[in-house]
Amino acid sequence: MTDILREPAPYKPIAHEVSPDPFDPMSVERMTTEQERYYLASQWRMMWWKFRRHKLAVISGAFLLLLYLSIAISEFLAPYNLHSRHVDFIYAPPQAVHFFHKGAFVGPFVYGLDYHLNLENLKREYTEKTEKPLPIRFFCRGDSYRFWGLFDTDLHLACASEGGTLFLLGTDRLGRDLLSRIIYGARISLTIGFLGVAVSFLLGLTIGGAAGYYGGWIDGISQRFIEVVRSVPHVPLWMALSAIMPVTWSPILVYFGITIILGLLDWTGLARAVRSKLLALREEDFALAAELMGARPRRIIWRHLMPSFMSHLIASATLAVPSMILGETALSFLGLGLRPPVTSWGVLLNEAQNINVVALYPWLMFPVLPVILVVLAFNFLGDGLRDAADPYK
Amino acid sequence: MFGYLLRRLFIMVPTLLLISMLVFAIIQAPPGDYLTTYITELQSQGEAVDQSKIDFLRHQYGLDRSIVEQYLLWVGNLLQGDLGHSFEYNLPVNEVVGDRLWLTMVVSVATIVFIWVMSFPIGIYSAVRQYSLGDYTLTFIGFLGLATPSFLLALVLLYLANVYFGTSIGGLMDPEYIDQPWSWAKVGSVLEHLWVPVIVIGTSGTAGMIRRLRANLLDELQKQYVVTGRAKGLSPGRLLWKYPLRMALNPFIADIGSLLPEVVSGAVIVSVVLSLPTTGPMLLDALRSQDMYLAGSFLMFLALLTVIGMFLSDLALAVLDPRIRLGGGAAK
Repeated sequence: MTDILREPAPYKPIAHEVSPDPFDPMSVERMTTEQERYYLASQWRMMWWKFRRHKLAVISGAFLLLLYLSIAISEFLAPYNLHSRHVDFIYAPPQAVHFFHKGAFVGPFVYGLDYHLNLENLKREYTEKTEKPLPIRFFCRGDSYRFWGLFDTDLHLACASEGGTLFLLGTDRLGRDLLSRIIYGARISLTIGFLGVAVSFLLGLTIGGAAGYYGGWIDGISQRFIEVVRSVPHVPLWMALSAIMPVTWSPILVYFGITIILGLLDWTGLARAVRSKLLALREEDFALAAELMGARPRRIIWRHLMPSFMSHLIASATLAVPSMILGETALSFLGLGLRPPVTSWGVLLNEAQNINVVALYPWLMFPVLPVILVVLAFNFLGDGLRDAADPYK
Repeated sequence: MFGYLLRRLFIMVPTLLLISMLVFAIIQAPPGDYLTTYITELQSQGEAVDQSKIDFLRHQYGLDRSIVEQYLLWVGNLLQGDLGHSFEYNLPVNEVVGDRLWLTMVVSVATIVFIWVMSFPIGIYSAVRQYSLGDYTLTFIGFLGLATPSFLLALVLLYLANVYFGTSIGGLMDPEYIDQPWSWAKVGSVLEHLWVPVIVIGTSGTAGMIRRLRANLLDELQKQYVVTGRAKGLSPGRLLWKYPLRMALNPFIADIGSLLPEVVSGAVIVSVVLSLPTTGPMLLDALRSQDMYLAGSFLMFLALLTVIGMFLSDLALAVLDPRIRLGGGAAK
């Protein structure tokens, strides 16, 4: 090609050359394999690529996945059972894990606890007995439990050495191991957010869908109603609604009641999103085409319109989970939500209700740690999903 | 402008009416009423229950009428400023609540102001210095603020305030001022106690506001007119101040609408923990003991607070942003 650009000699015809290569009219338009992979990828695949770039979201997603998997095997992961009491170790502080005893490597172990009551302020004081290391056992026999209601076993991931104790996060007022209770509490706390979001998802889709598709007076009424629900502060209403639940209800009923209460006030954001998207999408040609072909409204909404913004909805639902988890925690903390023997993180925090706990037994506040982590993870995951939901941007 | 104001005021009426129905339905929902609780309480103490007295009470409080009549009675009294009768305290609700309504408003307004004052500079800094160390740190702290349950933060701050500053535990004023007439010293004591609840309630709102301001400002900063201004040689500070910041400021006013319910919600939990003399702890008690008029009045008051707040924010927005006024009509 550089030949053409060469300056021609004066008064001579410009030299021109013809390439002898066979002519391929598609040569410019042909895509490289890399481009082909990109341009022909499905929407979900592109979303995955975009999501993958958001490192924090991927890590959060993996973390949450692990947590949700862990609730299937809580019994195995927890060193003790949910209700095992250790009357000799009431309000015992967390036992630190050591590796070296007197300069020699022993592997993970804890020191035993010595208890005496301080008669001046009636505080229970524990001192470590540092003469003898108590190695932590792994894949060991401990409290027996019935796994998934199928068979009895007593296998645990980690337990205390024979005759010793293993309270990595301390114990509560009945001498129950806090770590085990947190692990069990994940079951309730993690699922309640999900079920609550499912309720609000259902409500949001139905009401927002109807408002957006039909418009007119249905839209008007639902808009007004949404405005009302949004302008009422949630926590007082949650409190009022959970006060309605009769005290005689079984824990499992209360659990479902709480999920419904949480979902009942949270659907408005979703409904608004659905409505505005539907309003825009129903004017599209493909919606008109479906209508002309005689599809019913329900089919048009669910088969043609919903898939166009499902990804957005999933992202906003993910962002709604944290408020549910925090809501449950707050309600249980106030004593209006779940009640013992059901154990959620909020119920555990209920014990940390007064200032004495902060001053004397600060480890009772540990259940807040998983709450913070899970809420953060859901936020990051939701942010990542929201960015990925529109892969063409 | 006047037409807009009228229209906006008019919209509040059906909203409040719907809220009152909702609240009434909720306080009516538990099986039985306060008197049945009262009777069982008397019976459990082995006291004789005088049926005629019960009937008299039931009649006096209108509990023997139909639901619709009870609702109309309740709403009618509310409109006249009569909040009903508290069964538990056996006093008119007006007397039971006392200063609580005002103090609730003081706490809420102080929290909103705190949220503004904190999030404004931080949001601008985070947007202008995007991806700097400061931005990352502040964003991280903001996320932590979003994720930490407020009641626990309240407990810890309360403890620290007591240990390091010697502030008396709980309450909104030193014990000596309770039941005293208002004086400057009392106001000072309230101000001294106000900061813990205000920080605790405001944290999550501040975090949300920072994120929104940052996102908005980042959008504006990429626009053509900013580039033009820079090309014409405006100094960075002046450029930021005169153009993109004003555009990004809209949500600051508009968000009061969503901020207020959040603040009021947070205030309820936090005031239970800190035992503030606001509506929160009393609402909780009233709900537990089925003291329905008291609970209903509180719920109604909190809703009214947010509805009026939204109205004010809409007005401020209409004054500040001419586009909204010109748009007129019902918002789409």
